[in-house]
Formats: sequence, C-alpha cells, structure tokens
Amino acid sequence: MSGVRVLVGTRKGAFVLTSDGKRKRWDVSGPHFAGWEIYHLKGSPADPDRLYASQCSGWFGQLIQRSDDGGKTWEPVDNKFVYDGVPGTHQWYDGTQHPWEFKRVWHLEPSLTDPDTVYAGVEDAALFCSTDGGRAWQELPGLRGHRSGPSWQPGAGGMCLHTILLDPSDPGRIFVAISAAGAFRTDDGGKTWRPINRGLRSQYIPDPTAEVGHCVHRIAMHRSRPSVLFMQKHWDVMRSDDAGDTWREVSGNLPTDFGFPIDVHAHEPDTIYVVPIKSDSEHYPPDGKLRVYRSRSGGQEWEALAKGLPQRDCYVNVLREAMAVDSLDECGVYFGTTGGQVYASADAGDSWAPIVRDLPAVLSVEVQTLA
Amino acid sequence: MIRVVLPGHLRTLARVDGEVELQVSGPATRRSVLDALEAGYPMLRGTIRDHVTQERRAFLRFFACEQDLTHEPADAPLPAAVAAGEEPYLVVGAVAGG
Repeated sequence: MSGVRVLVGTRKGAFVLTSDGKRKRWDVSGPHFAGWEIYHLKGSPADPDRLYASQCSGWFGQLIQRSDDGGKTWEPVDNKFVYDGVPGTHQWYDGTQHPWEFKRVWHLEPSLTDPDTVYAGVEDAALFCSTDGGRAWQELPGLRGHRSGPSWQPGAGGMCLHTILLDPSDPGRIFVAISAAGAFRTDDGGKTWRPINRGLRSQYIPDPTAEVGHCVHRIAMHRSRPSVLFMQKHWDVMRSDDAGDTWREVSGNLPTDFGFPIDVHAHEPDTIYVVPIKSDSEHYPPDGKLRVYRSRSGGQEWEALAKGLPQRDCYVNVLREAMAVDSLDECGVYFGTTGGQVYASADAGDSWAPIVRDLPAVLSVEVQTLA
Repeated sequence: MIRVVLPGHLRTLARVDGEVELQVSGPATRRSVLDALEAGYPMLRGTIRDHVTQERRAFLRFFACEQDLTHEPADAPLPAAVAAGEEPYLVVGAVAGG
C-alpha cells in the first residue's frame, strides 16, 4: 500500500512523520539528532531509503548524516566543506570585501538517478557535490567564481545557497538560488553559470533591475515542464517560461506578495502554492490568519485556502524550505511553521489539519511518496 | 592513558558513555590529545576544531585540574595529572545560545 514519509527539520532536531495513503493517521518519530539544528533533510528519488540530513550547531559546527533505511538509523559522513582554491572575497554588510567562510549547509539535493550523488548548498554561498554518498565533498567552483561573485552580499539570514533544482530532462542543467545574489543556471553540469534574474525588480537595491543582488527566497518547478519556473522573491511572486532567461510578475490578487516558500502541485503544472506574509519586517500572516494561497492558472489569480488553518491570533512564519507536496492522487500539500506545527492537506489544499502542533520551530519540510 | 570528558552531544555523536580513554604517543598536549581523539572517533573531526585551520571552535573551552587551559598554546604540555591519567581533560561547551 502506498504511503508518505514527511521529513521535518527543526531548530532542535529532525522528525519523521509517516502515514498510509489515506493520510489520516500519523506516526511521529524523533527527535533525531536532538538539540541540533536540522536545516534540511531529503530523500533520494532513486532510492527512497537513502536520506541525507544537514545537522549543525553553534558549538560543534556542521555534520552531514546519512540513512540507508529510511531514517531508522543514521551514520555521520564527511563534514569537510572546503572552498576550491583561494576562497576570495564577497561584499560584506558594511560594503567592504569579506573572505568567503563556510558556515553551514542549508540544502541537500540528491541526484534524480544516483543515490550516491548529492548536492549541498552552503553558506557562504557555494555549491558542493558528493558522488560517494557523502563520504567526500568537492566544490563546483564555477558558481562562486562567476565574475559577479565579489559583488554578492548576504541577506539578513546570511549569504546562503538555499535552493537547488535539477532538471529531469537535462542532466547538465541545474538551477540555484542565493540570498541575496539571485538565481543562477548552469547548462554544463556546474562548470559555468549565468545569472538568470532578468525581469526581477527589487526596490531595496540601488539598481532595482541589476543582474545580481536580488533576494530570491525560493524557486520551484514541475518535473514535466522544467523550463517553467516559479519564484517567491523577497517581495513579488514571479514566473519564467524560458528556464529563467526572463521573468514576469504573477503576484496578481495576493494580499501581500512577500513570503518564503513556493511549490507546485504534483499533477497540475499550473497549480502553485504560496504562503503570503505581511511584510519583510513583520514575518507573520496578515490579520493573524494563516492562509495558503493557490493559483490554478500559473499565477495572477489566487484563492485563499483557510479551512482547518488558524484564522485568528496566528503570528507564525513559514520558512522557505518548509513546504512540500506528495505525488499521491490526490496531491497532498504540507508545510511547517516557526510555531512548531506541521499542517497537511490530503486534498490539494482545500482543507488542512495539523499532523503535529508542538515541535520546535520548523526549518524544512520534505515529503517522500512511498510505493 | 589520557582521560577525556566530552560534551553530551559529542558523546552521543561518538557513541560513547562517560569518559573516553586515549593512548597518546609522545608528550600530552592539546594537539596530541585531539589528534588521538579524532583518530579514534573520526566523526568528531571538525566538531571541536576547524578542519583546515585547526582552530578551536569558538564556543568550546578546555578545562583540567580546575584550570581554564583554553588559551594555552596547542603544543603546551598538559598538567602532569592529566598526562598521568589522574585527572580528566574536559572539553566543555560554553554556556551560550538557546
């Protein structure tokens, strides 16, 4: 019988939530790595029992954990992330140049075809890859070495590479997003990169249409249509129909177009989800009402989804990694909050119920659909 | 035999209970003790000192014999009681964070 496994990273450990295909009753295991920040964990599409987790702490630094049995047991693998060559510098908050310094892994993206190949997006922004199941990591230095690299600067959350999208139709094509440098694409497996930010407009940088410097919060795609990308920017929800070469705004009738996550329905490439947040200085939903917004037209026209979600006195945030979908029929949608709730919808967002209510602040949510 | 007491999270990571006992070749110094520790427990590499610079992670301290040895040189001899295994060498997580 089919089922789902929801992988939840929190400020104080990881949790694994499992259910059958009905998605009514849930088993909760955890905390795994209790007390550690788990920025992200994700399973291999090629082997659902292979999971990777990013574990870190202010005391002990970065660890990478790997599971070969779907999260029952874990093994620490290599945690040595060393920039290729002389790291160089990027722009610091005060406008001076600052050396690239590794801080943590924000995102782990397993290969679509090989369980032993996994990409890591790190702070300070760079892309690493392991081809031996996490036993050794090498940087793909072409990204950080892009001519614009010295002009990149951190957002308030650090200069993090937080989004990695692998194109299922083209093994050489990878999309990444960096706060606050913008989105980049490689078409040659990571050797060379180009900024893909044309059409973005950001009032908080000196040149609002600059080639780099945009605070991209998240990018999503549907695997059947990988040249169509959806973006939640610091402000603005954007869409590209040409693999990021150009973007247009599709915020439409959203109550606010600030937010962090964005995701795409598993079976409907034009159905997308965002969680509007009041503003960049008020990281909570408008009016104390937690609402997911869904567009069935690839943007512009949005409907509020509130059934089962708190509609008063709700002041949580939903972070960029904290939304995911399953691929059951009908599509399940999941998101976690900084208040420790993980909400699930088994009907594509029409109604919601909490799986858990009182976890530590949720940093990331990923979902595996199990055969 | 050198006795080392690790913070709880590192004991969990290394899958050890209580103190770690290490054979250290040559003089007992912070560097030689941590080298032996990481050789015996490779999962601890990078958690106490940086992989590349070998610098102490900022929120960790080293105590022994009721002294704070954090700022002693890495190759300074540890107290004789530590070298003799009479007193443990303590790796301590600073009181910080939440």
